[in-house]
Amino acid sequence: MADIKIDKTIDARGAACPGPLMELIKAMKQENVGSVIEILSSEKGTSVDAPAWLQKVGQELVKVEERGDHWSIIAKKIK
Amino acid sequence: MPKRIVIVGGGAGGTITGNLLARNLMHQIEHGQVIINMITDKPEHIYQPGFLYIAFDKVRPEEIIRQQQDLLDPHINLFVDPAVKIDREKNVVHTKGGKEFPYDYLIVATGSRIVPEAIPGLKEGAHWFYDLPGAQKLREALKGFEGGRVVITVGVPHKCPVAPLEITFMLYDYFKQKGMLDKVELYYTYPINRVHALEPVANWAVPQFEKKGIKYEVLFNMEEVDPEKKILKSMEGTHLNYDLLIAIPPHKGAQVIEDSGMGKGGWVATNKQTLRNEGHNNVYVVGDTTDIPISKAGSTAHFESDVVAERIASEIQEGGTMTEYDGKVVCFVETGFDEATYVWFNYKNPPKPTPPSKMLHWMKLGYNRLYWLSARGVL
Repeated sequence: MADIKIDKTIDARGAACPGPLMELIKAMKQENVGSVIEILSSEKGTSVDAPAWLQKVGQELVKVEERGDHWSIIAKKIK
Repeated sequence: MPKRIVIVGGGAGGTITGNLLARNLMHQIEHGQVIINMITDKPEHIYQPGFLYIAFDKVRPEEIIRQQQDLLDPHINLFVDPAVKIDREKNVVHTKGGKEFPYDYLIVATGSRIVPEAIPGLKEGAHWFYDLPGAQKLREALKGFEGGRVVITVGVPHKCPVAPLEITFMLYDYFKQKGMLDKVELYYTYPINRVHALEPVANWAVPQFEKKGIKYEVLFNMEEVDPEKKILKSMEGTHLNYDLLIAIPPHKGAQVIEDSGMGKGGWVATNKQTLRNEGHNNVYVVGDTTDIPISKAGSTAHFESDVVAERIASEIQEGGTMTEYDGKVVCFVETGFDEATYVWFNYKNPPKPTPPSKMLHWMKLGYNRLYWLSARGVL
């Protein structure tokens, strides 16, 4: 991930509640505009759900990557 | 020189940790080798899950409030004097009253608070049950409600993740008992793409919603309320008209955390196993204050307290321990006025809700009384 500067990583692997998508929503509300946020999730569903939510609220999906037993979803707060 | 333990916060996490430490270290305290000081911002201790019942006139405020001093082991020194600055470089806590509390071990248990003001119009247009005045105000609103659409909406982040479902099912039973179901539309919204964070709970709740005629909308994050026109707007671009709006407002951590540069939003970076503040081996964090991606709930604080008390007592007595937090959370879930279920899970085991029963409801009501034993570190 040398080419993307990540400002905040949330390791939500194994986090049943509130879960990775809620953690992403929390971070999107809390972090400053321009921040790049990475969520690590052991749920495959997050790799679909998080991009869908980002599109719905007009935030930027930077990258989704499968890393063996988990997924990395990187988003940028643009507004 | 005695080892000085300072606990900032007198909620569930701080109180249970303090009482367990006082019991484990009684010998050292009585011989002047350990001092435990607790700093808190109010003299009362409130059992917050009781707010839900106050909204339905099922519990009186005095049943959920005790004096903090009465809950504490007498070996703990209590100071009702809000912390205003935590200096982790000099290992000292400063209070509003101008006192300084140096520490060898610090336990940060400052909790979370609702911030309805974070959503424009929410304070003016919504009711909530996450503090005592809010629960009492909602109770009066429910008594006077003559019918229409009741919208339940959920802010992020929030504590007690099962409460939105609980209030929805209890509202259904409340209006059923009043013979008003034909005049009321219950409309539940939730921030993510299912009706609850826990997938098995969501899978159980949806058929219940459909059976009871409770409407729901997912991927709904409140953005703004128009209290004049009674419209709730979401970040996702949808609008909802309401006659009664019941919100779980978004939460923040304590101001002292942000003022001390300990974490954005008032959440402290915490190792999810050791519960140490990252980068500070003599600072532990319990309860809502942590930034661990886990439920902010009393039971989380309780199980974390067991670990923190064991770790600090062992460090003082034996030089260390292998005890770590496994992510355990246990939550009762009211599914109406006379039935409940419960879930338990940890970092490795997902929850499996059991079918609701009257027995579990009675257990929940029983725990509402037994909590005072938990706070004392007995249960």
